[in-house]
Amino acid sequence: MKYLLVTKSVSKSFGNFKALNDVSIEVPSRSIFGLLGPNGAGKTTLIRIINQITMPDSGSVLLDGELLQPNDIQYIGYLPEERGLYKSMKVGEQALYLAQLKGMSKAEAKKRLKYWFDKLEIGDWWDKKIQELSKGMAQKIQFVVTVLHQPKLLIFDEPFSGFDAINANLIKDEILQLRDEGSTVIFSTHRMESVEELCDHIALIHKSNKILEGPLQDIKRTYKTHTFEVGLVTDNEDRLKEIIQQNFEIAQADFKSLNDDLKLNIKLKPNETSNDLLSFLTQKAEVNHFIELVPTANDIFIQTIKNH
Amino acid sequence: MNHLPLIIKREYLTKVKNKSFIVMTILSPIILMALFAVVAYLSQLNNNKERIISILDESGQISVIFKNTEYTKYTMLEDKSLKEAKEMVELNGDYGLLHIPNNTNLDNIAKDIRFYSEDTPSLTVISRIESKLEKKITDLKLQQAGVDIAQIKASKTYIDVVQESYQGEKTSKMDNVIKLAFGGFAGYLLFMFIIIYGNMIMRSVIEEKTSRIIEVIISSVKPIQLMMGKIIGTSLAGITQFVIWIVLGGVLMTVVSIVFGINIAEMQTPQQEIMQQAAQSVETNEIQNLISAIYHLPMTNLVIAFILFFIGGYLLYSALYAAIGAAVDNETDTQQFMIPILMPLILAVYVGVFTVIEDPHGTVSTIFSFIPLTSPVVMLMRIPFGVPIWQQLLALGILIATFIVVVWFAAKIYRVGILMYGKKPSYKELYKWLRY
Repeated sequence: MKYLLVTKSVSKSFGNFKALNDVSIEVPSRSIFGLLGPNGAGKTTLIRIINQITMPDSGSVLLDGELLQPNDIQYIGYLPEERGLYKSMKVGEQALYLAQLKGMSKAEAKKRLKYWFDKLEIGDWWDKKIQELSKGMAQKIQFVVTVLHQPKLLIFDEPFSGFDAINANLIKDEILQLRDEGSTVIFSTHRMESVEELCDHIALIHKSNKILEGPLQDIKRTYKTHTFEVGLVTDNEDRLKEIIQQNFEIAQADFKSLNDDLKLNIKLKPNETSNDLLSFLTQKAEVNHFIELVPTANDIFIQTIKNH
Repeated sequence: MNHLPLIIKREYLTKVKNKSFIVMTILSPIILMALFAVVAYLSQLNNNKERIISILDESGQISVIFKNTEYTKYTMLEDKSLKEAKEMVELNGDYGLLHIPNNTNLDNIAKDIRFYSEDTPSLTVISRIESKLEKKITDLKLQQAGVDIAQIKASKTYIDVVQESYQGEKTSKMDNVIKLAFGGFAGYLLFMFIIIYGNMIMRSVIEEKTSRIIEVIISSVKPIQLMMGKIIGTSLAGITQFVIWIVLGGVLMTVVSIVFGINIAEMQTPQQEIMQQAAQSVETNEIQNLISAIYHLPMTNLVIAFILFFIGGYLLYSALYAAIGAAVDNETDTQQFMIPILMPLILAVYVGVFTVIEDPHGTVSTIFSFIPLTSPVVMLMRIPFGVPIWQQLLALGILIATFIVVVWFAAKIYRVGILMYGKKPSYKELYKWLRY
């Protein structure tokens, strides 16, 4: 697999506090990479190192296989968690200024801005000052400014904070589209449902150390417990429970269902398959709910951190 | 990538387009001129009133010295008792009554002279009367002692020592006054500039922190570029404001003098009358001295040194202001860091005013003109008195070296500080930031 961004054993201390300890991550090209971790884990420090805002004490960062250079900032678009705009500057002027700081020419920046403003239907804000806009509106501008110079690498730190559901969805679709058009996205958040929806890969940082990394699907596979959630219709629930218990490990389940059925979580042994369970169950009762319990990103997050 | 011009342009335009900046730029000279016009008008109103002073001279030999002038008229009262005179003067509403008693002993006369008035008389009026009386009574005493006054007058000598350097350059007291004026003006200008526009830089750094745009910017440009851009952009805005003030001030000054008919040069007040009388004793060639003094100033040296030390000193202090802005969250937290910056600046002005006048090349002045935080002000004040080029270059060298070190420190604090929110840093923490 081709990796757009690689950090090798990056460490960083602030005084006596170790913010990052030997953190190596590999971000595959054209993927959405979730950088997860509890508050104060070191995510922002790592992101700042990638953006060359802070320098690492040791370790290195490679972009496209080469050591990160000061000029590489033009290939990176960064939406920080602590973000804002010049309040008394007009939207258009400000966007042009920030685009030029990223190395775009004025004419090109104007053209691209028009495209994005039309796309997000915010064209008539051009001459407004930021202080006249609502927080959500300002966030949209901020998003446009981040992606305007078509960077190879996009870094979003909590991109959905401040957006309502509709706009959050809009931005989510834009992020997915940017990925499909060839950008690589690093996505840092606490909101696990958006991780579920967006991320192909994740890395989990906890107390300055990386404790988990890989494709989300693979991680889920390793974390799954071979447990199936089933709903069974039967005349004699106790009898059925007993029969199943003789062959499998069971627990009471709780899910919403139209029928008043027996709800169970059934755990398989490593050598058994779902077909074994299904054929066993169909002989004993009518199966109207059968689903494998796959751990959510949230489950994995909480479980991994608890284990450390 | 060099974004410096872009940042300078933005900083300059936002400052210049800012409403309060525009209002201040236009309004300040207008307000100042209006104030000046009001004061000038009022003082003219006050001084132009004719004063009538009645004199009851019982000795009959002293009052001859009081001659009418434009604003002061003297009325001689004769054959009246003091009581009558007082009543009359009060009735007429005169400014006051000067009573000179009669006595053979001049010392007793001097002792018993009284000035009667409704209100407390003006200090200038009284001192003028006193000096006239002193002169006259002294003359009379000399006469009594049989001294020839004409001889004494003839023997009076005025001395104006012409100062000359070994190279034959002539200087005079007037030269020193001019030099002081030049140096003082330059030093004071720098002081004002640093305080006004240093603060502006600090505020603009704080603004970037409070609006939280800083991290977005910092991901595109180096902090040191941002800092330098701010300093240069703000300075250019400052220079623009200064130039507008000077031009606008000049225009307004002319307009005010024409409209109100106040000719500043010819404004005649009693105070000036006195000064003119005093000036008569001074030789007329002082005017020539004045011109030659200006002519003799080391102009080229002065202008070049002014530009270099002004820029150097201003940049040095600006970097400190920028670092303070980066270290704090809001303006109220800046106080604890402001004092160490203002102290050397104020010290420099004090040293300039007190020791440079006394001895421009003395130890204290010389030392302070080398210390980087005070050198711009003190050296600018010293240069009109002729400072060897090597000293100027050395001071400039130290200044530039310090500037580089300070910028390096400030950039460090800036880099760490702009991303720190929420707590007021202590000096200890600032030291820690330097090592990050």
